Amino acid sequence: MSILINKNSKIVVQGITGRSGLFHTRQCREYGSRIVAGVTPGRGGNHVDGIPVFNTVEEAVRCTAADVSMIFVPPPAAADAILEAADAGISLAVCITEGIPLRDMVLARRILEGKSMRLVGPNSPGVITPGECKAGIMPGYIHRPGRVGVVSRSGTLTYEAVKQLSDVGLGQSTCVGIGGDPIVGMGFIDCLELFNNDPDTDGVFMIGEIGGSAEEKAAEWIRDNMRKPVAAFIAGVTAPSGRRMGHAGAIITGGRGRAEEKIRTLAECGVTVASSPTRMGEAMGEALK
Amino acid sequence: MNIHEYQAKAILRKFGVPVPDGHVCYNGASAREWAKRLGEGPWVVKAQIHAGGRGKGGGVKLARTSEEVRTTARDMLGMVLRTHQTGPEGKVVTRVLVENGCNIGRELYVSLLVDRATSRVTIMASTEGGMDIEEVAAKTPEKIFSEAIDPLVGLTGFQSRKLAFSLGLDGKLLPKAVKVFENLYTTFISCDCSLLEINPLVVTKEGELLALDAKFGFDDNAMFRHLQISDMRDFDEEDPNEVEASQHDLSYVALGGNIGCLVNGAGLAMATMDIIKFSGGEPANFLDVGGGATIERVTEAFKLILSDRNVKGILVNIFGGIMKCDVIATGVIEAAKQVSLSVPLVVRLEGTNVELGKKMLAESGLNIVAADGMADAAKKIVQAVNQ
Repeated sequence: MSILINKNSKIVVQGITGRSGLFHTRQCREYGSRIVAGVTPGRGGNHVDGIPVFNTVEEAVRCTAADVSMIFVPPPAAADAILEAADAGISLAVCITEGIPLRDMVLARRILEGKSMRLVGPNSPGVITPGECKAGIMPGYIHRPGRVGVVSRSGTLTYEAVKQLSDVGLGQSTCVGIGGDPIVGMGFIDCLELFNNDPDTDGVFMIGEIGGSAEEKAAEWIRDNMRKPVAAFIAGVTAPSGRRMGHAGAIITGGRGRAEEKIRTLAECGVTVASSPTRMGEAMGEALK
Repeated sequence: MNIHEYQAKAILRKFGVPVPDGHVCYNGASAREWAKRLGEGPWVVKAQIHAGGRGKGGGVKLARTSEEVRTTARDMLGMVLRTHQTGPEGKVVTRVLVENGCNIGRELYVSLLVDRATSRVTIMASTEGGMDIEEVAAKTPEKIFSEAIDPLVGLTGFQSRKLAFSLGLDGKLLPKAVKVFENLYTTFISCDCSLLEINPLVVTKEGELLALDAKFGFDDNAMFRHLQISDMRDFDEEDPNEVEASQHDLSYVALGGNIGCLVNGAGLAMATMDIIKFSGGEPANFLDVGGGATIERVTEAFKLILSDRNVKGILVNIFGGIMKCDVIATGVIEAAKQVSLSVPLVVRLEGTNVELGKKMLAESGLNIVAADGMADAAKKIVQAVNQ
């Protein structure tokens, strides 16, 4: 078991004919993911590496029964691509695209309310259930199948955490990169809830960073609801106020969103917080004891 | 992206938000002529720099005669204005806004922003105009009123009225206030803002509403559809290194320490700064070269880091993942040669072919120290810099 995706997931890639879309489609397929279709408007009827390309997601779903979409569509059209996936009956959309206008995402989030599709991202490295299915741009080989869930706002820092977990013998059930933008689909709490109910996840490692208050809210949720141990790392204790640190969402504004506050709240709520980015694997091991 | 006050007011005027009549001027003589055309005085001369807190620093002055406008503008132009937001080095004033003064009755506060918790645009208002709103929020949160806006509907009439009544804007002021709120929301959406702040919004003694100051923040990701706004960008107001970085798609923030960092990915870049600090060093910068680390980007990144004279050593931390380490190593070696690197360089590589990558670094003939993992990398660079 796992959350969100498994060996039965059938993936459609929106933007499959673009450079990174095609590159990562091949990478995912090599990992063992079932890529059943691609969508690029105007390129319907073609094939890419034997994968049929359709003009619309609706057609792709009708012909291939795809249930997961991986989105590589460029920023100006990406929010529309998310809505198209929802309309076509996709159950999980993973949006990798970075740089989607905020206004487009505010509107897309509102339209998704009440719909059954889950959205991961945008600006996400994707989702992976080690050994079964990879829907994202993360390096597959650092992952080991196992029983620790990972949820993160970051990309390469997640790889670092996963490598440390694998190195200390802690495999992963599923790893979810929720994305570094201010407005994203699934948040920490959504993922924690799924991990809480997944019989094959024993504990969760959470990676946060400066900006917003998602980590504090997650901490309170953990205190009140989580039945499994949680360990965490928060990046950016040395980040200055008022400056955007790469991710659109990583900014301390008006004294809020500091790493210290997040670390304190998490610790107060019973989360084992890694004191340094080199001790992430260790912290998870401690939490599981 | 930020813009100047006079540009902000031009945008507001276009969307029907009342602002004082005014004009931007670049010398004293034109300031005097514009003052005469604008009205009978008194006038306000305001220094145009991006930082806030201008009034306290002497960047906002009242002038009673057009001649006084001239001398005030002349004195202000070229002066170095220091406020709590400019830092000790201050900012040189190269343009001033001359505008008609008004009879202030009350000062209010209004702002719009994208609230991450609700994923909606929120409009906030307060009776405490002219104050630092973060202080108001901390000390007297009951004086701040807010409404979350449904993007499918927009700001509704009842929401605008609720805000207006909360601010004590009733009678003849009510319809005027509702119009101002609606037009501010239209401005915010039409221009792809990330922040729009009117502080203060004043009620004049004549019973009119006027936006006396305005601050815009724009969503950088949406500027492709706003060429006119993009053209308002004033590069002189930005850190030259950060401008250079943005032109190469690098994300760079100067920090003031002596260890330069070159990392792929924002989260890992922050974590790298943190580990340097934990190991007893001081990071000179945040620098994210993006997911892929090409020779061209790494070279530009090195140049940028080395343009900071405080830098005594560089730590490269690349979690290649899908990228092969030998490719990254080639990039780092090429880049180091191109910039004829003279400070110690510690490189931590992770990814496919990591052993080959390390071997290449060791055999490059350059002064490159290979590290195993982040802890080792941080320890080695701190040692190298402190030697």
